[in-house]
Amino acid sequence: MSSTQDQALCGAIFEESALLTVKDLSRMCAVDERHIVALVEEGVLAAVEIDTAERHFSGAALRRTRLALRLERDLELNLAGVALALELMDELERLRRELRARS
Amino acid sequence: MEFKDYYKVMGVARDATEAQIKQAYRKLARKYHPDVSKEKDAEARFKEVGEAYEVLKSPEKRAAYDQLGQGPRPGEEFRPPPDWGAGFEFSGGGSRDSAYSDFFESLFGAQARAAGGRRGAFHPGRGEDHHAKVLLDLDATLHGGARQLTLRVPEIDAEGRLTSKERVLNVQVPKGIMPGQHIRLAGQGAQPPGGGESGDLFIEVDFQPHPLYRVDGRDLYLDLPVAPWEAALGATAKTPTPTGTVDLKIPAAAHAGTKLRLKGRGIPASPPGDFYVILQIALPAANDAKAKAAYAALAAALPFNPRASLGV
Repeated sequence: MSSTQDQALCGAIFEESALLTVKDLSRMCAVDERHIVALVEEGVLAAVEIDTAERHFSGAALRRTRLALRLERDLELNLAGVALALELMDELERLRRELRARS
Repeated sequence: MEFKDYYKVMGVARDATEAQIKQAYRKLARKYHPDVSKEKDAEARFKEVGEAYEVLKSPEKRAAYDQLGQGPRPGEEFRPPPDWGAGFEFSGGGSRDSAYSDFFESLFGAQARAAGGRRGAFHPGRGEDHHAKVLLDLDATLHGGARQLTLRVPEIDAEGRLTSKERVLNVQVPKGIMPGQHIRLAGQGAQPPGGGESGDLFIEVDFQPHPLYRVDGRDLYLDLPVAPWEAALGATAKTPTPTGTVDLKIPAAAHAGTKLRLKGRGIPASPPGDFYVILQIALPAANDAKAKAAYAALAAALPFNPRASLGV
């Protein structure tokens, strides 16, 4: 093993193991917890169904939350606008995949 | 430093109303926002537009900016006038995570930040999490391995200006990471001012274009050229894959666009992605008498109208 490999920082794939709470997302995205809850209520973020009282999200929620916050800030959208934009982006992605699968 | 004509960037007249500026910004922001735009210089254009809007939407900043006039003549260096900013009160620093231009910073940077203050700490005693995005070579996820990553970290310098600093990290890239996923490096985020637990660093991963393979989620695509007779009669073709060259069976009566799947030979995530081969028909050049004769013989032997479907 070369010395560079010995010194390399070891990182895990975040999405594979993470189960996030509202508090985690709030800290990672540097926004208020109420803002995360508002995104959930608007349907932007979906909690995963597990058997606890507290809401939990998959690791993929980090990217989605950050995307939602960027759209909200940069395009001056309200939450309904963010939700609509994300739905349309999801739909676009789905159609692109379908198109590729058919080619 | 370079003078920025914010009116030109926004495509509005110098006497544009606040409503017109807002409208112009929203239109440009939707066009160039890196998350939604397909324009190739989207990110740079979006930053430029955001900076212009930051100045023109604020009556104080705009009035101060207007005092500079149209900027220096072409080729002349711009310097802020010595009495710059006197009599203006700027408020509301940008909430951006990227650096503004030197031009913006020299005019508004320090003042705006002094008035805007820092973002509130929601989790006292713990440093902020940092986020970065990197473009890796595809081999990093196919085989794993250490990579030198150069990140740009925003930093407030001694004069209170927001600049960015380079930070080089040697990171073991986890094998099988997919585009859009994050490498989490615990404790590599910000240190809290009063001491305590450092935040984490989240590195979002995407891939540089690979000379052979295209990435789609966990799947890989390869365009494989085959000869017309290989496609017509079937053949075994040497095919590069991430885990080495394989002998791929081309079925008879294949055509351009035929898609073949090698299960589990995509990105080695869990579950692993697939490897798709898209056939392309490569035609031999007819640049000598022998090749021309072969084409002529084929034409004589086959009654073939490639334009039958066009009705001609």
